[in-house]
Amino acid sequence: MDLQTLTYITVGLTFSLYIGIAIWARAGTTSEFYVAGGGIHPVANGMATAADWMSAASFISMAGLIAFFGYGGTVFLMGWTGGYVLLAMLLAPYLRKYGKFTVPEFIGDRFYSKTARVVAVVCLILASVTYVIGQMKGVGVAFSRFLEVDYDTGLYVGMGIVFFYAVLGGMKGITYTQIAQYCVLILAYTIPAIFISLNLTGNPIPQLGLGSTLVGTDTYLLDRLDQIVQEIGFNEYTTQFRGSMTNTFFYTLSLMVGTAGLPHVIIRFFTVPKVSDARKSAGWALVFIAILYTTAPAVAAMARYNLMNTLEPSKGEYMVYAERPDWFKNWEKTGLLAVEDKDNDGRIRYSADKSINELIKIDNDIMVLANPEIAKLPNWVIALVAAGGLAAALSTAAGLLLAIASSISHDLLKGVFRPDINEKQELLASRISMAGAIALAGYLGLNPPGFAAGTVAIAFGLAASSIFPALMMGIFFKKISKEGAVAGMIAGISITMLYVFQHKGIMFIPGTSFLGNMGDSWFFGIEPNAFGSIGAIVNFAVAFAVSKVTAPPPEHIQHLVEDIRVPIGSSAVGGSH
Amino acid sequence: MSTDNNSDAKAAYWSENIRLILTLLAIWFVVSFGFGILLVDVLNQFNLFGYKLGFWFAQQGSIYCFVVLIFYYTKKMAALDRKYGVEEE
Repeated sequence: MDLQTLTYITVGLTFSLYIGIAIWARAGTTSEFYVAGGGIHPVANGMATAADWMSAASFISMAGLIAFFGYGGTVFLMGWTGGYVLLAMLLAPYLRKYGKFTVPEFIGDRFYSKTARVVAVVCLILASVTYVIGQMKGVGVAFSRFLEVDYDTGLYVGMGIVFFYAVLGGMKGITYTQIAQYCVLILAYTIPAIFISLNLTGNPIPQLGLGSTLVGTDTYLLDRLDQIVQEIGFNEYTTQFRGSMTNTFFYTLSLMVGTAGLPHVIIRFFTVPKVSDARKSAGWALVFIAILYTTAPAVAAMARYNLMNTLEPSKGEYMVYAERPDWFKNWEKTGLLAVEDKDNDGRIRYSADKSINELIKIDNDIMVLANPEIAKLPNWVIALVAAGGLAAALSTAAGLLLAIASSISHDLLKGVFRPDINEKQELLASRISMAGAIALAGYLGLNPPGFAAGTVAIAFGLAASSIFPALMMGIFFKKISKEGAVAGMIAGISITMLYVFQHKGIMFIPGTSFLGNMGDSWFFGIEPNAFGSIGAIVNFAVAFAVSKVTAPPPEHIQHLVEDIRVPIGSSAVGGSH
Repeated sequence: MSTDNNSDAKAAYWSENIRLILTLLAIWFVVSFGFGILLVDVLNQFNLFGYKLGFWFAQQGSIYCFVVLIFYYTKKMAALDRKYGVEEE
C-alpha cells in the first residue's frame, strides 16, 4: 500500500477514536465540564497530563533543536521536566485541596480581590492564546506535509475535531481523548527511535543506544558524532553551550518555573479524587513525559548522525545531488530543506563555513518528521508519525482551550459580571466560550500575527513571572497581602515583557526594538526567552516589599491558607461555594 | 483533641513538610543545575559507558532523578499525613 493511503487510514482511525470518545464522554454538569467530575484515577490523569503538556513543539521540534544545538538543547530537556518537581511539591496538592475550578479563582479568593482575579485571567489568556497558535500551526503543517492537503484545510479539519470533543465533553471529553492521544503519540515517537537505535548501535533501547558503540566498530556513537561535526567546522556536539553558562542556567530555570505556572497543566490536577492523588499524579505525569524526553536526545543525536552520513558518506566524498534520496526530494518541495550548488560540481557539501556550505536551509522540524524516511523505515511507521504529531498538537490545543474557556465563563462571567446565573446557564456559557476560543485560535492559526514567532517567550515568560509566584506565595506565605500580590504580578510581567520587547520589537514588530536584538546588549548575556526567571524573582521581591507596608490579610484568609496546607477535609472539586 | 493541640499538630506537620521540600529541592538543584550545567565541564572528564558524565546528567540523569524525587515525596507525605492524623477519609 502506498504511503499516502496508509497515512489517510492511520490518521482516519485515530480521529474516529477521538470522535467516538467524545460521544461517549459528554459533560452534563459544570463539574464534569471544568474538572471531569473530579473522579479521574491518578495514573490516568498522569497520562492525560503528559499529552496535555507535550505539544507539537515537544513532539516535532524539540529533537530537531537538540540535533543542531547538541548539549545546548539541554535547556528544553531539563526545563520542560524539572517544573513537575515544583508542581508536585509547591502547588498541585494545595490547589487540589482548595477544590475550585480555575487558577484565577484561587488567586482571587486567596488575595481577597476581584482585581487579582482579573489580572490572573488576563495573564492566563495571554499565555494560553499565544501557546495555542503554535499548536494550530503544528496541525496545519502536519496535514499539509503528510496528507498533502493545503495548510488551511488541515487547520479546519483539526479545529472541527477539537470542537467536537471539547465543546461536547469539556474536561471530561478532553481527559479521555488525551489518554488516547498519549498512547498514539508515544508509540509514534518510540517505535522509529527503537528501529533507528537498533540499526545504528544494535541496542533496541534508545536511551542505552545513545551511550553505545556503533554497530561493527569500537567507536561510541557520541564520540563519532563529536568528531564528524568538528571535521566540518561545528562545535563539539556534547559540549556546546547555548550562549553562556549563565544563559543556560536562567533559560532552564525560566522553563521550569513557567511549566509549573501554566494554567492548562495545573487544572489537570483538579480532576483527581484526593490531595494525595494530586501528588501521585504529578509523579505519573512525569514518568509518561520522561519516556519521550529521555528518548528525544537519542533521536536527536542519531538523526544528526544519519543526516551527516547521507550528506557525506565518507570523508571528503559529498552526496551527488542527482542521486539524492526520495525523502530529500519530498522535503525540498515543502521549502523546509534547500540546497544551492555553489561550486557547480553536482555534489552537496555541508559545512559550518557559510561561504562553502551548500545545504542552505534545513528546518529543525525535519529531524523528527523525516527521521523514519532517513532511516529507511517501512511506510506504516511514517504514517504513525503523522498521527502522533497530530495527537500531540490536538491534545495540547484542547487543554489550552479549556483553560481559556473556563476562565471566561467561570472567572469573568460567573465570578465578576453575572454571579446570579445558574448551573445550566453557566454550562451553556462555558460551551459558547469554548466554541469562541476555538474560532479565535483557528483564526490566529490562519492569520498568524507578527508576534507568533515569540510564542514561547510570551507563554513561559508570563506563566513564570506572574502566575507561579502568585500561587506559591499564596500557599507558603500567609502574610502576602492583596496589594503585594497584584503589585508583584504586574511588576513581574512588566519587566519580562519590557525585556522581550526591547530586544525583539514592541509586539515583535521588526524595527521597534529599542536596544537591538544583539547578544552584547543582553543583560548578563541572558536571551529574552530566558528572562521569565528574572521576572519571577522581581515578582517575589515586589510582593514581599509591598506586603511589608500594607495591611496583612484578614484573619479568615490566614485560616484559609492554614486549611489548604493539610489534606484532611478535602472534597471532590465542585462548584458550590 | 482541643483546638490548640490541633493547630500545634498542623504547624508541626507543616514545618516537617517544609523541611522535606527544602531537602528534596536541594537535590533537585544539584542534579540539574549543579551536575547538568554549573559542573558539567568537571563531570565531562568522566565517562558513563559512551556518555560524558556531565552530558548524561544534563540529557538523561536529571530527568530520572526528578521522577524519583516526586515519588519519594509522595511516599514520605503519605506517612506524614498519617503521623499527624491529617490524611483524607
